[in-house]
Amino acid sequence: MKQFKGRVVVPGTCTAEALVSRGGFNTLASYQMAIMFGDKQVKCGDQNNPDIYKKPMLGKALCLPMTIGSTTGGMVLYTVCSLGKQPACMLFSLPIDSLAASGAILGDVWTEAKMPVVDSLGDDFLNYVQTGMTVTVGEDGLVTVE
Amino acid sequence: MNLTAEQQALLDGAKGEVMAKVVKTLVMYGETFGAERMVPVTGKYGHTVISFGLKVMAPVYDMYDQLISAGLTAGQKFTADPRPLDKNVPSSFLENIVFNKIMYTQQQRYEEQLRKLGIVDDDAYSCTCYVDQMGNKPGKGDVLSWAESSAVVYANSVLGARCNRNSGMLELMGSIAGFVPEFGLLTDEGRKADWVVEVRCEKKPEAQLLGSAIGMKVMEDVPYIKGMEKWLGTELNEENCTYLKDFGAATASNGAVGLYHIANLTPEAKELGESLIKENAQVYIIDDAELARVKANYPVIWKNPDAKPQLCFVGCPHMTLKQMEDWADAIEAKLRENGLDKVTVPTVFTASPAVIKELNKTACAGRLASYGVVVSYICPLMYMNNPLCKKKAVITSSNKLRTYTSARYYTDSEILDIITSKEGKI
Repeated sequence: MKQFKGRVVVPGTCTAEALVSRGGFNTLASYQMAIMFGDKQVKCGDQNNPDIYKKPMLGKALCLPMTIGSTTGGMVLYTVCSLGKQPACMLFSLPIDSLAASGAILGDVWTEAKMPVVDSLGDDFLNYVQTGMTVTVGEDGLVTVE
Repeated sequence: MNLTAEQQALLDGAKGEVMAKVVKTLVMYGETFGAERMVPVTGKYGHTVISFGLKVMAPVYDMYDQLISAGLTAGQKFTADPRPLDKNVPSSFLENIVFNKIMYTQQQRYEEQLRKLGIVDDDAYSCTCYVDQMGNKPGKGDVLSWAESSAVVYANSVLGARCNRNSGMLELMGSIAGFVPEFGLLTDEGRKADWVVEVRCEKKPEAQLLGSAIGMKVMEDVPYIKGMEKWLGTELNEENCTYLKDFGAATASNGAVGLYHIANLTPEAKELGESLIKENAQVYIIDDAELARVKANYPVIWKNPDAKPQLCFVGCPHMTLKQMEDWADAIEAKLRENGLDKVTVPTVFTASPAVIKELNKTACAGRLASYGVVVSYICPLMYMNNPLCKKKAVITSSNKLRTYTSARYYTDSEILDIITSKEGKI
């Protein structure tokens, strides 16, 4: 078990199974097909991301360095939150990028979805956490991985 | 964040609950990035990246209905990214069903919303809103609330305007509120370079390839680029602006660049020189071998890598009038050389509606049509944004299109060779 302290971007708590993207998470490419065709598990559609390609994202603790790709990224995250298909939380090793922040904030302000977001968890966090581990997010940005 | 009394009143609901949520969104966005205040949007027009009525994005249009019902419209007129559909672009029976019955069923609804929210007019759809014909060309120092990565990087770098890499929806909220949080590329410090890129190529680098290499290396940082003077000179003439349009789009899509400086060429580099470079900036050296390495590493995700191309897109971002004229000349010469009348791969050039109008006043429009080239206003990325296109062998000279779709990248001269060859392949 190991703990990491980050900065709270969107407050909240949760416990969920980790899904880890070592490289940048392309929001549009990851969600596009799943939401277009109503995939109940919301499997990742980004063929350029071997870590999570075809893996279910719904309800997972999505661990990532940052998001990349189209400036539609924020509206995609907002849509995912509106449809109740969001991850349990998003945990960034780096300071959050503007597109991910936009989506997380839109989801928080404009939908009923609960998706805590913590950033700046550091490289050690992303090196330690593995897909399948259990992650607990506290109100203060403390993330426990076990 | 320190809000003015008027901004605080908006946040507290003085103009209704929906406006309060708009301001709350902008405040949270700013606080995430350490903004201490809001600054007025001073650019004349906005620009939104959302131009498509995708069925799956219905929650977005539902939220826009909320904005409209609350009487909120953009305080400034705005342009939008290109439309996703054009019946003139080659597509199969099945693709037409997918486009019209499954994917873009919200298109009419969304365009009606844009009219109510303040789009300039029904032709204001292009990712190159900044070309003269489109008329959305901000001035140096203007603060913008735009999204569309290629337009933002052009406005920041070539025009010297100030805009962050905003997400779709956030940019409209900035236009509605009339102010945006001050952070990142809106600040002098945020516009300083984290990287020095030294270009040591023997020949003028392909814009889309150079941009790709730099984008993949620096990601979201600001690069200061040296070594381009022998090809680009020191003036932002039409040819250079076109080069930088394509270069910037590649930096923004292959990485996440929102601003670059080119020594002795772009406005802030001319004004401030190397004082723009941060202490301890990293260095990236690019030569012909490095560009060849970058190009060779692009994955080919066609099912059959040796397939004969079925479709070619040129114009992501949209082409300028001069680019289409130059291409028409080059195609004519190559077709004649090869004893052909028409291109051998279905080819689509994309440009803004305003540029196409200008083109249609010239003989070039008829020439391109006679060579079999379709000119369209669509977004090729939106066209390819469906599962059927993954099975299609599409070629392009756009590194942005390559990044987001299964399209395969070739340089402009390679594309020319392919579409004018008897076999229709390289």
